[in-house]
Amino acid sequence: MRNGDRAASDAILLRLEEITTHYGPIRILEQVSIEVGEGELVCLLGGNASGKSTTLKTILGLVRPTSGRVLLRGEDVTNRQVSYRVGRGMAIVPENRRVFAPLTVLENLELGAYLRHGEDLREEFERVYTLFPRLHERGDQLAGTLSGGEQQMLAMGRALMSRPRLLLMDEPSMGLSPALVEQNFEIIAQIHATGVGILVVEQNANMALSIADRGYVLQTGQVVLANRSSELLASDELKKAYLGR
Amino acid sequence: MSTPNDAPPRIGVDEWVARSGERRDRGSGPSAAIVRALERVGWWQRLAVIAAIVALFPLLTSSDYAVRVGVNTLLLATLALGLNVVVGWTGLLDLGYVAFYGFGAYGFALLSSNQLGSSGIHLPSLLAIVIVVVAAALLGLLLGLPSRRLQGDYLAIVTLFFGQIFVETVTNVAPKVTGGPNGVVGIDPLNFFGLEVTTTRGYFYVLLIVTVVIMGALHLIDSSRTGRGWRAVREDPLAAALMTIPVNKVKLLAFSVGAAVAALAGTIFAAFQAGAYPTDFDTPFLILVYAGVILGGSGSIAGAVLGATVVSVTLELLRNPSQAATLFYGLILLTLVVRVRPWRKLGAVLAALVAFGFAVHAVIGAISASAVAGHPRSGGWVGDALGSWVVVPADPKGPGNIAFVVLILGLVALVQLKGTARTVLLVPLLYLAAFVWETRLVAEASITRQILLGAILIVMMNARPQGLLGSKRVEVL
Ligand SMILES: Nc1ncnc2c1ncn2[C@@H]1O[C@H](COP(=O)(O)OP(=O)(O)O)[C@@H](O)[C@H]1O
Ligand SMILES: [Mg+2]
Repeated sequence: MRNGDRAASDAILLRLEEITTHYGPIRILEQVSIEVGEGELVCLLGGNASGKSTTLKTILGLVRPTSGRVLLRGEDVTNRQVSYRVGRGMAIVPENRRVFAPLTVLENLELGAYLRHGEDLREEFERVYTLFPRLHERGDQLAGTLSGGEQQMLAMGRALMSRPRLLLMDEPSMGLSPALVEQNFEIIAQIHATGVGILVVEQNANMALSIADRGYVLQTGQVVLANRSSELLASDELKKAYLGR
Repeated sequence: MSTPNDAPPRIGVDEWVARSGERRDRGSGPSAAIVRALERVGWWQRLAVIAAIVALFPLLTSSDYAVRVGVNTLLLATLALGLNVVVGWTGLLDLGYVAFYGFGAYGFALLSSNQLGSSGIHLPSLLAIVIVVVAAALLGLLLGLPSRRLQGDYLAIVTLFFGQIFVETVTNVAPKVTGGPNGVVGIDPLNFFGLEVTTTRGYFYVLLIVTVVIMGALHLIDSSRTGRGWRAVREDPLAAALMTIPVNKVKLLAFSVGAAVAALAGTIFAAFQAGAYPTDFDTPFLILVYAGVILGGSGSIAGAVLGATVVSVTLELLRNPSQAATLFYGLILLTLVVRVRPWRKLGAVLAALVAFGFAVHAVIGAISASAVAGHPRSGGWVGDALGSWVVVPADPKGPGNIAFVVLILGLVALVQLKGTARTVLLVPLLYLAAFVWETRLVAEASITRQILLGAILIVMMNARPQGLLGSKRVEVL
């Protein structure tokens, strides 16, 4: 399987080695190998139920693979707890955002930095507020009363508060209006520009590939395509594999 | 697309919609003005002012009974504060909470009486309290541990079991130590640095200080990392775990804090009544603590105290038949006013109810004089006013029991019905309720208190689902 041309000197942030994951007897992922380099923006594409969320869950440790390894900066974390992995510089913007509705925007952000207790968080707040000025204005508002787009911002801001080296995002544009989707991708590109490695799961292939360095396409739990974004966009393999099905 | 790239995000035009609930909650009028005025004052100032006002209470009354009610109220308030951490903030269903209260009471009792050893143990109160509270916190941890994930049903069963085991243990296991069904008597009063607290007023002030200190501490915790962690875990354990919050540890901590607060209340309770008896820590009492937390608004510190106060004072009022009657009829009237709309319909129902009563009384009186020979059991003006309206037979027990069953069946039917049929059924049912009250309920004080408290809770939860001071739940769609 090709992994595209990533400069070999780049340290590898995340590496899935031939991951196979089952839910009970049903095989969901089969021999999935994915890499995200330091500071790289990689998108994971695929139709409904192709196993994208399951891949993220396997990376986080919410489900355990039946075979294969998960490596975080070279360290085998396949048998580690969720909290351990997240503590190693990973953060997630979960599917459907899952902000803490009855807590304020500020409290949500503070929870994102839960592990960094006692540290000076001014820099993180500044970073998040520069990306999302709206969150600054809405500090005391309950997260549940934010609009969908604002909740998406909050979920991203909350994830960034832990100063992650690798940011996982599960369908960040789900349920947003087209204008907001575009804005959302711009923000992802901005976060990427600050040097954070990103693995973003998307159904919206064109939009995701327009900002990503590389892309993988999942189909019924298998990686059927892996290449640089520009080549994926140019070739019609993508259409065949993903859109045409 | 439609939004220019350089403009800041213009999301949130729906803010007005999002805030409409808040606006509706505040509303206008004098009560809203008071709420707004209170909001301008800081939390600590408010606590200080209210504490100062409550501190005046024992000075304004010469009745020891009233102060005693105050002590019981503060005890219930302290318990509600602790339970609020477990249930309100962390969302753990702890059905063994009162056992920790009992543990505190018995622990203090054993360390401050002649119960153990040849000449007993008589520790200074502060030392005894610290030992007991720390032990309770550890016991809380120990109990939480095997419940591994401390999740809903599992935790509820384990704690319920623990509550029962506690009562069983102090009653039956080692009667020589815990005094069996007779409990431990002859407990030393609280003594701090040679100063003995022996008066009801003294205990009132000790408890007031304890309550205020706990409120302050909880307020600090609420806005700390720990407090945020508790609420995050309650809201979405998975998302909390993804934020690296150690979900199980956070839950255990809440459980343990609750246990410690309950035990602290227990120590003072034991010293106050100079005894510890198993029946003080049974399930009905647990229900009262829960009622206080829920009534006040689960998750709110001030709400827990206010809710406990309402529960405690209401129960006290219900001890007196004429006060209980005022509450009973007042509650019915209030429910009617709130639920029956429009006003014309309400007027018609009330008028029909009055006419119905007099008609029934007249008809039954004409048929048999003995069937109306009794007097309403509610004393006071309520009883007098109802004298020739509600039928009370000379021997009310049998008819009262039958009517009670009919009333319950009628209420079930009422819930099923809609429209006019419902309104029509409402009149005889209300009359039947008055009949059951006057013939049976008012005479069965202890059961009636529970039923009425339950009714008050139901009415309250209908009128204000988030509790007195709770904030409305926000649902994410
Ligand atoms: N907890 C679960 N138990 C059983 N099957 C699951 C579970 N979660 C997901 N699946 C199944 O796994 C497949 C892949 O799901 P998912 O990874 O969520 O797909 P998507 O690519 O849409 O994110 C789907 O067929 C789904 O029904
Ligand atoms: Mg998915």
